[in-house]
Amino acid sequence: MRIEYFQLIDRIVDLDLDGRTIRVDAQVPHESTIFEGHFPGHPLMPGVLLIEAMAQAAGWLVLAVTKFERMAFLAAVKEAKLRSFVTPGQLLSIEAKVLHEGSGYAMTKASVTVNGKLTCESELTLRIMPFPDPRLRATMEEVAGRIGFPMKAPTDG
Amino acid sequence: MMSSTFDTVANIIAETCDIPREKIQPESHAIDDLGIDSLDFLDIAFAIDKAFGIKLPLEQWTQEVNDGKATTEQYFVLKNLCARIDGLVAAKGA
Repeated sequence: MRIEYFQLIDRIVDLDLDGRTIRVDAQVPHESTIFEGHFPGHPLMPGVLLIEAMAQAAGWLVLAVTKFERMAFLAAVKEAKLRSFVTPGQLLSIEAKVLHEGSGYAMTKASVTVNGKLTCESELTLRIMPFPDPRLRATMEEVAGRIGFPMKAPTDG
Repeated sequence: MMSSTFDTVANIIAETCDIPREKIQPESHAIDDLGIDSLDFLDIAFAIDKAFGIKLPLEQWTQEVNDGKATTEQYFVLKNLCARIDGLVAAKGA
């Protein structure tokens, strides 16, 4: 996880385009300036970043579904639940699924599991639109390569 | 327009956006009269897509409005929206 760059996903573990599901790993770093402030003596992965991590997992799924032709942006967070603390060094297993593919948006549901225990969940609405800038697409492609995004399979399929 | 389409849509809007059901009329403009914004409309579109088994072509509509080829009234006055829903349902069955 490159937490300071908001690149929270480390690895795509499973991607099922037919079932419209994805599972990814995200390793919370042991150290970050974020933990110095959040909180002194009680470092915690911020809840908003857990929601962001779920949104990124759902976003990679949408990118796969749309064959990397369009970008997903977080638009709504519903019924988010943060069930327990997440601390530095923990490994997040994040699952996301597409509930509905609309025209220009997707309704998704995502959850985070730590050590086999459900830690957070939310329904997330993503807006889907053309990449607004080629630099964004280039960066997404670069990250895709690093996290094992199957660029070939979705584009060929 | 089938009245049941309007009733379904009106109930969806009332529930999704917390708008009194009696305020929602066939002549109501979803944006101008009911104050529904584009993000709230996604929830409505989701519920309509599910209820009718269709996919409202929101991107196409937005593009047409932005290009000046259509007015928002054509898509977002509820009786017109319902007519388009009926059309999409009919096209699905054809």
